[in-house]
Amino acid sequence: MNLTLKVWKQKNSATQGSFETYQVKNISSEMSFLEMFDVLNEQLIEEDKDPIAFDHDCREGICGMCSMYIDGRPHGPWSQNTTCQLHMRAYKDGDTIVVEPWRANAFPVLKDLIVDRQAFDRIIQAGGYISVNTGNAQDANNLPIEKAKADEAFASAACIGCGACVAACKNSSAMLFTSAKVTQLSLLPQGEPERKSRVLDMITQMDKEGFGACTNTGACEAVCPKGISISNIARLNKEYIRAGLIV
Amino acid sequence: MTWKQLFISSVGKKVVMGLTGISLVAFLLVHAGLNACIWANDDGQMFNKAAHFMGSTVITRTLEIGLFIGIILHIVQGYMLAATNKAKRSIGYNVQLGNRGSKWYSRSMALLGSLILIFLAIHLSDFFIPSRITHAGLETPKFYDGDTTAYHDMYRLMINRFQDNILAVIIYIVGCIALAYHLFHGFQSAFRSLGVHNKKYNQLLTSLGYGYTVVVILAFIMMPLSIFFGWIS
Amino acid sequence: MSEKWQDYKDHCKLVNPANKRKLEVIVIGTGLAGASAAAALGELGYKVKVFCFQDSPRRAHSIAAQGGINAAKNYQNDGDSVFRLFYDTIKGGDYRAREANVHRLAEVSANIIDQCVAQGVPFAREYGGMLSNRSFGGTQVQRTFYAAGQTGQQLLLGAYSALERQVALGTVKQYNRHEMLEIVKIDGKARGVIVRNLVTGKLERHFGHAVLICSGGYGNVFYLSTNAMGSNVTAAWKAHKQGAYFSNPCFTQIHPTCIPVSGDHQSKLTLMSESLRNDGRIWVPKKQNDTRKASDIPEDERDYYLERRYPAFGNLVPRDVASRAAKERCDAGYGVGSSKQAVYLDYADAYVRYGKIEAGKSGKDHATQEEIIAMGKKVVEEKYGNLFDMYAKITGENPYEVPMRIYPAVHYTMGGVWVDYELMTTVEGLYCLGEANFSDHGANRLGASALMQGLADGYFVIPYTLGNYLADDIYAKSISTDHPAFAAAEKEVSDRIEKLMSIKGKQTVESLHKRLGKIMWEKCGMARNEQGLKEAIKEIQALKKEFWSDVKIPGGINEMNPELDKANRVADFIELGELMCLDALNRNESCGGHFREESQTEDGEAKRNDEEFMYVSQWEYKGDSQWELHKEALNYEVIKPTQRNYK
Repeated sequence: MNLTLKVWKQKNSATQGSFETYQVKNISSEMSFLEMFDVLNEQLIEEDKDPIAFDHDCREGICGMCSMYIDGRPHGPWSQNTTCQLHMRAYKDGDTIVVEPWRANAFPVLKDLIVDRQAFDRIIQAGGYISVNTGNAQDANNLPIEKAKADEAFASAACIGCGACVAACKNSSAMLFTSAKVTQLSLLPQGEPERKSRVLDMITQMDKEGFGACTNTGACEAVCPKGISISNIARLNKEYIRAGLIV
Repeated sequence: MTWKQLFISSVGKKVVMGLTGISLVAFLLVHAGLNACIWANDDGQMFNKAAHFMGSTVITRTLEIGLFIGIILHIVQGYMLAATNKAKRSIGYNVQLGNRGSKWYSRSMALLGSLILIFLAIHLSDFFIPSRITHAGLETPKFYDGDTTAYHDMYRLMINRFQDNILAVIIYIVGCIALAYHLFHGFQSAFRSLGVHNKKYNQLLTSLGYGYTVVVILAFIMMPLSIFFGWIS
Repeated sequence: MSEKWQDYKDHCKLVNPANKRKLEVIVIGTGLAGASAAAALGELGYKVKVFCFQDSPRRAHSIAAQGGINAAKNYQNDGDSVFRLFYDTIKGGDYRAREANVHRLAEVSANIIDQCVAQGVPFAREYGGMLSNRSFGGTQVQRTFYAAGQTGQQLLLGAYSALERQVALGTVKQYNRHEMLEIVKIDGKARGVIVRNLVTGKLERHFGHAVLICSGGYGNVFYLSTNAMGSNVTAAWKAHKQGAYFSNPCFTQIHPTCIPVSGDHQSKLTLMSESLRNDGRIWVPKKQNDTRKASDIPEDERDYYLERRYPAFGNLVPRDVASRAAKERCDAGYGVGSSKQAVYLDYADAYVRYGKIEAGKSGKDHATQEEIIAMGKKVVEEKYGNLFDMYAKITGENPYEVPMRIYPAVHYTMGGVWVDYELMTTVEGLYCLGEANFSDHGANRLGASALMQGLADGYFVIPYTLGNYLADDIYAKSISTDHPAFAAAEKEVSDRIEKLMSIKGKQTVESLHKRLGKIMWEKCGMARNEQGLKEAIKEIQALKKEFWSDVKIPGGINEMNPELDKANRVADFIELGELMCLDALNRNESCGGHFREESQTEDGEAKRNDEEFMYVSQWEYKGDSQWELHKEALNYEVIKPTQRNYK
């Protein structure tokens, strides 16, 4: 199939960007979306043009590095899917595809479709861990955990930190990301000692990074490649109120 | 969490919105219940007495102050939230996610809220200000058998407002529809902001929210319509 | 043997806390090994700097491991022990690993699980709240801990959170989007690195009293592998060129259950968990070049070749055996799919088998065949649903209706930088951890052991062994990065980058990498022979010339330039490829993942040669395409090597 691509090009974070239009030809429906970009980049390099910079690594939907806002939806049209797992079967000959970077002031564009997501690292640094030094642990089975809780904690821990939630949120809020970690650790007995400080500190950091507040629209949940539920956010709210107001 | 954080942090702001929102939801129910007295078809006796009660006891007047504080907080915090949230994305998207990710009204709470604010201003100047301050249109008190109290004839004020006034009726209906959509999102969102995370409860609250909104808003819409079409006398 | 590690810990030198603060450690890579090492060393009080080329430490490719992590906990009471894990690992590695290292690995395996649970890693649990185990990779005990199909992700996020905690505490400094391009050696000791900031393109100098390479495996030398696109050998290769021996580079693991290549455009291969072989049956048509659809091929015209060749183990033979058997069938013209480079993995029998059990359980004695199959599909969906979905997403086929097509793909590299018992390379102060080193898996790695090794090295080994080295280094003041050695190393790097950029040839980096991969896959892949390897060496040398005279890299140096990053890596892959072929040529025996066609039994099975090759090859870099082979003899004191047999 032949396609028209409208892609955001931006030299670096200090300059302004704009859309460029590209034509790609003979794309097979078996290709992945990123392989289509590989083909385009090879073509651009051969034509002495500037290839498109984009983030990607594992290409199997788990590292969370790929980050394209495709036709108005993070990670493209398929649900519970990352950009790297999107395949060209989703398109037909003659389609025009618009590709933009994640947009949020907390995620400045570094080049073309690549954004800086270190704000997520700093949110985790604020408290997304259990303070246990190596070698201090008791036997793992000394701490039985209810299966339902362990499963729920796992569902929250499945977050890949890609930032699609922020990209989709009209408020550029990082609440789904932050709440997934808070939920995971608050469900587990290991997380109990730091339960209060964790949620307060992580929210303070989230705000400091310039993410917006959640207004429960549900866009984050709709686009999350790992199906992280918006109930995590409500749970974070509870944890926050509990930590702050209830002694 | 300090008190300051309650108003400054992203979660704290939402807690304020949720708390004030729920108190407004409670108020609306009382308001709708009282207004429904017009359908008693007793020349406004029940309605006027109820209105009188609301304006004459210390408790209700104190609650009224609380209500106004709540409304103001809700408005101020709501606008601040909308403004700061919007400022978090300086460069927008070329293609929007739109309804693929969320309901239009969930994304338009500030807009709906603004419509409601305009409506509220009209509504207050129509009824609240005459009742509490200017007494315009309420110069003739109303007396009922076996009762020496001079009542404000709020009922008459209401009839006069909507009888033969199609524009007022339309304004009120539009205001109510804006309120309905605001509530469709706001009702369940308020509980989420306050930490209700259990999926079953959330489903229940969402359904309850739709039910509540439909009943209350239909009641409100029926009031001017009933008067306009002369269904009550 | 069983006391060696305890004895080491009891007698190794220690560094007092006040001195630890003055000692700087550089960690390259943030996978399980790197993140756990950086976190553990930060906890001890060392000043740590950690570098990764991704945008966050959490992206490292350990995250993609699916199946699980082994530990000798014996929670299932099924007879597991440290010795059994040790024995299985040695045997699985076809007797080409060092006993002492593997024993230590088995010893600390239990601590890893404790540590991870304490960190909040949500492992799968039973209803009683205890940890759940599954069997894996053909071992006889259930010792694999798992978190659905995302064990690697959960373990890495655990290590990442421990690392971020240290960053918050100020003991670790984190450098994302930085790639190490040179080791700085002063007086024979590793004393720092030159890194390139991938955002600005600027080179930076960093001093460290010791340098830890935790940069993962080099499977991408084959171009197509299950590794992440960015996985590379560059850091390990720089270490090698600075004097660290490279060991057993030819030992690569080819995983049998991957989704086959669909065309020339393919950029990477996707693995599906080995657990699929527990219930699926592998077959090809009995007729060569059969173009019928799978469903049109009657039962008696199907060749279940694994069951035919290995009646005892059937579809559950080890990875290397299953992979070679698939290749053999496809090469002989029995392959399926449009590329003919695939075999079927069929669940039809499993549907019926599980369906019948379900029907029996629910008392439906007269269920029709359709009903039974439908019930069976439900059971399979519960067990393998996420893998079937993944297959459907990639291929667009419904694996519940048609058999899946699978083909082997490069997955893991057992070889790597040579290290001693303390994980130190042949360069003093330069360490290598995790998949990047050669140490624990011999010629073939067992399933669920990679995660174990990465975390063992980082959490439980390096904190002791590094202290033992640094205890003598407490008098060594930090060296200014203005030292001439830093300047020289930086110049070396910038000269190389400038040279790359100045070539301005005609061929893209990608196309050259693809060609390297093709040579490697065809001549140094699942089966190797002398003639092929000799040809490959020549071809790679020619490719290297071509690369350095005709590569085309767009963009500039002092900017974000992914093509330049890639060129830097591919240049190293080319050199590594040559060494891999050399090593494969030298090792004229078949063992584990390395199959020399000259060394096989009459019925085509691998034949090991312990007389001549019971050693670890140690290649010393001597200049362009020049290596000197040293040998570390393997002495088995505890375990007696035997020939593996799966018939």
